Amino acid sequence: MSILVYTENWDGKFKKLSFELVSYAAAIAKEMGSTVTALSVGNVADDELNKLGNYGAAKILTVNDDRFSTLDNRALAKAVVAAAQNETAKIVIFANNNLGKAIAPRVSVVLQAGLVGGVMALPVTFDPFVVKKKVFTGKAFANVKFDTDVKVITLAQNSYDLVETENNATIEAFNPDIADSVFATSVSETNKVTGQVLLSDAEIVISGGRGMKSGDNWGGLEELADLLNAGMACSRPVSDEGWRPHSEHVGQTGKIIAPNIYFAFGISGAIQHLGGVSSSKIIVAINKDAEAPIFETADYGIIGDVNKVIPQLIEGVKEM
Amino acid sequence: MKILVLISNVPDTTTKIRFTGDNTSFDDAGVQWIINPWDELALTRAMELKEAGGVDTITVANVGEKSTEPTLRKALAVGADDAIRIDAPAKDAFFVAAQLAEVAKGYDLILAGIEASDYNGNAVGGMLAEILDFNSVSAVSGINIEGDSFKVNREIDGGSQVLTISGPLVAIVQKGIAKEPRIPAMRGIMMARKKPLVVAPPVDAHEKTQFVNFELPPPKAACKMVDEENAKEIITLLHEEAKVL
Repeated sequence: MSILVYTENWDGKFKKLSFELVSYAAAIAKEMGSTVTALSVGNVADDELNKLGNYGAAKILTVNDDRFSTLDNRALAKAVVAAAQNETAKIVIFANNNLGKAIAPRVSVVLQAGLVGGVMALPVTFDPFVVKKKVFTGKAFANVKFDTDVKVITLAQNSYDLVETENNATIEAFNPDIADSVFATSVSETNKVTGQVLLSDAEIVISGGRGMKSGDNWGGLEELADLLNAGMACSRPVSDEGWRPHSEHVGQTGKIIAPNIYFAFGISGAIQHLGGVSSSKIIVAINKDAEAPIFETADYGIIGDVNKVIPQLIEGVKEM
Repeated sequence: MKILVLISNVPDTTTKIRFTGDNTSFDDAGVQWIINPWDELALTRAMELKEAGGVDTITVANVGEKSTEPTLRKALAVGADDAIRIDAPAKDAFFVAAQLAEVAKGYDLILAGIEASDYNGNAVGGMLAEILDFNSVSAVSGINIEGDSFKVNREIDGGSQVLTISGPLVAIVQKGIAKEPRIPAMRGIMMARKKPLVVAPPVDAHEKTQFVNFELPPPKAACKMVDEENAKEIITLLHEEAKVL
């Protein structure tokens, strides 16, 4: 019996997210007297694989099969199921990101497992197995009980800190037998975001709303983001107007983020927007309207003109 | 080509969330119900595909009690041709997917919203695909029909891709799939009354998870205000007081 963790790599390198998942799984394994097996799909060097051991993976299964590079959902799910069965996994853990959300539901069906998505901390209790997650897009929390022997979890971003441990990991090649006909996805174009911090990874996020007035007014925010190594985001009207790309829209129907600091410039704070950012550790709001609802959620606020505030913040960061 | 759009009946996104029964169930008193925002975008895209030709019918389906019918009628008013309501309370994601699987066979394309704005499960579309052994693509931000296949834009972690995939397909869609959700016109509302809405009995399926109880977030401390002229002070506070910078 073990706990299986699906660890994603980007061009052969793991990100902090993967180590978070392994740390989280290790904490559960300790409580349950179990061990952690990490599953890695793709061409990853042994040195890199071995890093998973630093966070508590006892065994690392590596699937080095180019057919998976198209991220075919059906095929990937079959690979994870094969690994879970091979390891008699009682819990399978994914990140609550695009890939985790795509694969976990399929895996849960085959394993006859309950699935809870967006779990935000270690289980509340182990027997019964109860986990906590956000519901109503951050407006409330729910405690959810599993009724199944096998459990599938996706862990919300930024929910668990890295914990390093002694590395006793073994690496094993794993070759699930999946027919070519299963791989139905044919990728013709991949556009990777380069040269900027990914919104989902960013520890600081700089976001602008309608109060930015136009699409030509973002130079200051970009400069601030650059200085702070922050990701860029925006509210829904901004992406609807085409001032910024849809991929930067945070809020109920956009991305849900949980950075350490969320800067909201000229965002009034509609309830749908707050749903996407309410898990941020600290929210800083700059708005000229003292009645803007964003100030009810923010930790720090400035009532004022974004154009006057932005240069001062840039100066302040440069002086740090 | 036949398209099925999965519809979830959810509280209006501006609803103040409250619970009853010692925080064990959602308090639906006075709540306005709407089509889940992602499902509304999915339906809009289905309409666009139909208008472009090559789509014969659009069916909408949900799992819910009779009280959810106005939401299905709204989907018919937007432009779906017919509707199926599976007559059972929507328990967990697996229960819902198992019900939908009974009516989802025979469609070439199934569109599901990436999540529902109530319990944020992100699960029904993927589960349905697995039960039916269909292909699936998640985080879909664009879809077009190309013969028997589909050309799909999807978001991946750290970028986006264009791909081709054969049907039958479950496309799990997110923002970008359609620009603005369509609002029913008066003519659509009149026509919707006459469109078929089939009520199907539920099949035997067991939920695999249960809500134990709910909590509201603790009230937040008051926002600490800094003067516009001293905006720099924010950086100092983040560094020294909040210790996040």
